[in-house]
Amino acid sequence: MPLLQLSPQGLYCAVGDFFIDPWGPVNKALITHAHSDHARGGSQHYMCQDLTKPILQLRLGKIAVDSLPYGKPVWHNGVKISFHPAGHVLGSAQIRLEYQGETWVVSGDYKTAADGLSTPFEPVACQHFITESTFGLPIYQWAPQAEVFSQMRNWALAQQSKDRIPVFEAYGLGKAQRILPAFAQAQIPIYLHPRIWHTHQAFLEAGVDLPTVLPLTAAHAKAFLPEAVVIAPPGSSLQAYLPKNKTVSTAMCSGWMTVNAQRKQQDKDAGFALSDHADWPGLLSAVKATGAENIYVTHGFQTIFTRYLNEQGWRAQELKTAFQGDAATEEESA
Amino acid sequence: MKKGWAQYVQLWQSLQATSSTLEKKECVAAYFAQAPAADKTWALALFCGRKPKKLCSSKELLQWCGEYTGLPQWLLEEAYQFTGDLAETIALLIPRKSPERPNQAFGSVTEQDWDLVDFLNQLLALSIATAEDKKAFLFSFWQSSSRTQAWVGHKIITGGFRIGVAQTLVQQALASLLQQSPADMALRLAGQWSPLTHSFDDLLSGSGAAQDQSKPYPFYLCHALDLSLAELGEPAQWQAEWKWDGMRGQWIKRMNQCHLWSRGEELVTENFPELAALVADLPDGLVLDGEIICYQNNQPLPFAHLQKRIGKKKPSKKLLQEYPVVFLAYDILEWQGQDLRAQPLHERREKLTALCHRFPLSQLKLSPSLAFAQWSHLETLHSQARAAQAEGLVLKHQDSVYGTGRKKGDWWKWKTAPLHIDAVLLYAQKGHGRRSNWYTDYTFAVWDGEKLVTFAKAYSGLTDAEIKEVDAFVKANAKEKFGPVRTVVPQLVFEIGFEGIAASNRHKSGVALRFPRILRWRKDKPLSEANTLADLHQLLKQYGA
Repeated sequence: MPLLQLSPQGLYCAVGDFFIDPWGPVNKALITHAHSDHARGGSQHYMCQDLTKPILQLRLGKIAVDSLPYGKPVWHNGVKISFHPAGHVLGSAQIRLEYQGETWVVSGDYKTAADGLSTPFEPVACQHFITESTFGLPIYQWAPQAEVFSQMRNWALAQQSKDRIPVFEAYGLGKAQRILPAFAQAQIPIYLHPRIWHTHQAFLEAGVDLPTVLPLTAAHAKAFLPEAVVIAPPGSSLQAYLPKNKTVSTAMCSGWMTVNAQRKQQDKDAGFALSDHADWPGLLSAVKATGAENIYVTHGFQTIFTRYLNEQGWRAQELKTAFQGDAATEEESA
Repeated sequence: MKKGWAQYVQLWQSLQATSSTLEKKECVAAYFAQAPAADKTWALALFCGRKPKKLCSSKELLQWCGEYTGLPQWLLEEAYQFTGDLAETIALLIPRKSPERPNQAFGSVTEQDWDLVDFLNQLLALSIATAEDKKAFLFSFWQSSSRTQAWVGHKIITGGFRIGVAQTLVQQALASLLQQSPADMALRLAGQWSPLTHSFDDLLSGSGAAQDQSKPYPFYLCHALDLSLAELGEPAQWQAEWKWDGMRGQWIKRMNQCHLWSRGEELVTENFPELAALVADLPDGLVLDGEIICYQNNQPLPFAHLQKRIGKKKPSKKLLQEYPVVFLAYDILEWQGQDLRAQPLHERREKLTALCHRFPLSQLKLSPSLAFAQWSHLETLHSQARAAQAEGLVLKHQDSVYGTGRKKGDWWKWKTAPLHIDAVLLYAQKGHGRRSNWYTDYTFAVWDGEKLVTFAKAYSGLTDAEIKEVDAFVKANAKEKFGPVRTVVPQLVFEIGFEGIAASNRHKSGVALRFPRILRWRKDKPLSEANTLADLHQLLKQYGA
């Protein structure tokens, strides 16, 4: 019997009697990162990387949770468990399991290019590698972060010159922290929407060095700095916080903004293709770097990516999880 | 260093990025204010839909992209299906040059040292080249292109280039830049000109235009009637005509030469020799607006007849005999070389009527003006339109001038209610562009005994919310997969509307419809109550060509 199997509750390790990112309440849950489609409430015990712990507590309330730094192993019912940088968001991890010479790596969500904030992705050698495939189509090839940041800055300045307030919609965990330097480095003040303010504070308390930001509050509306940008979670209401006489221009920051039709579907004023997931070359290089004999593809364009891997001589199969939907469905971390 | 091509791509990108007409106008004006002189005529030609011939087929482009990237064709097809736009797909597939991935770039990257005119001249030169040469050109183009440059380039190369800006907007932008009237701009951009023979300045100063005797006036179009007849005021102020179902055209005789233009501003003189022959009888310095339509036994014929003639240059004798056309005149725009467009309609109408009486020619007919004293009479006429082989009515204010473009207020079209039939959704396919993630393209069927026979495809007519609902149904009820097409469980019934019906041996159902679209979703109708093939053939007997 393989060390990891798919059960109705998600990926299950029978020897160790624990789950990885289960989608219902279980006894013991190992969590790759704190996005809501990976970290669900209701389990008895949680285990995650050190920086994921405060976010997990913030999001799931009072839970029993142990945390580990990257690379430090623990043993559970004889199974060696360790967390390794996935480069997806702060605290995100790939989970490595080893038992009687059999090694597995569950990548969770990951990206291979460094974002200057989260610990960069490290390939981990294994026999069985479970990879995501959110952007597993060759049309997805990310531009360097610096290039996207500079486009975002230019767009913000252009909006301000038209007397509009630039608003960047970014997911609260990950993207909202990642894009701060795009503006902070140019001394552009940043307002954070209340819905992402707490995540920001939790990271500060955990000792993460983040640029200075201002809270977006109703009290600020009258004294709103005209040279500032606003960062808010997608679809959030801003009316209460902004000066009444100003128009807003909204930009979405997401890997889905690559394709014109999808940018248009969002009906925003602009879209920037900035993703916390691996692009096509990133997925291929990650698969190669693990040296794994068996590849399991989940979460995205799994049919296409699996077929391609098999044609290229890998042994790959699809892993159907409860998360799979239409690839274009907006997920929290895209 | 030439920057014209990059500037043009930038213009295209800016126009895509905004939906504000004002901003678009500013972008266009800013472009023409600073673009290289030689680029401006080409840019103008592209704005007017005068695109270069396509260099290669979509299939070739995909194949060469496969060779360039090393990716298998099935994967490219999947990417295309997902993206919904071939030019964009290939632009996204070309490996990016990036400092982080030096190995991803193929060969060395060079900046493009081109103006728009250089790019288009390369395409012209390649139009007679071998496939190998075209491929080599694309490979080097890909090496030096940004994504957006590649995207725009692919659109032009595959002949699918559309800049998505109304011509009137371009005319207004140029008018403000050159401090002239938009109507003058419209006039100068109409007709026969080419970037190969005209410079930007010649074209817009009118000096080149003055020599062009074939130049048509911009067509004045009707707006769909969106108010009640009573709101139009006094019936006596309005002229009513049938809205004929042919092809709008402009007949010109200047310097003893005839020029016949379609509304798409295509010269079709050679396609309709019987109308060109009118030049022998009619006086010089004359321009008429009217409908090119098939006509026999003193009766106009359905559009399906004219379809046999459209696109046939130098038609055979047999075709001329079987599908004879006439010019049904609506309006007179030029008389003895004088532009009459500023005169009120009733004066022009008087001249047109007199002209048609003075020259009783079998290929020239006056489109009759319909008498009505009260709006209720007009409603009766409207209900008879289909029997008169018309699409509906056109209402023109007696004092209206002949304007440009489509303006609201003095020229209205009032179309007949479409023919309709209740049909069953049988196949679905994902749409393109904005709709590439949803099943939006449907094939419909009617009952033939126990079987369902497909008879029409329709793409439009549902709201976004309904599209999502049908999309979910298709995903949950797909039976078979034929490439991108899904067969679905027959269950949903829709009312399909269409403007005309003709016999056809190309379709299993034996009919071809004109402008089919979804009128509404008949959630109230069970599957068994959808119409039958016999119903469809009954409509064919009644209204068919």
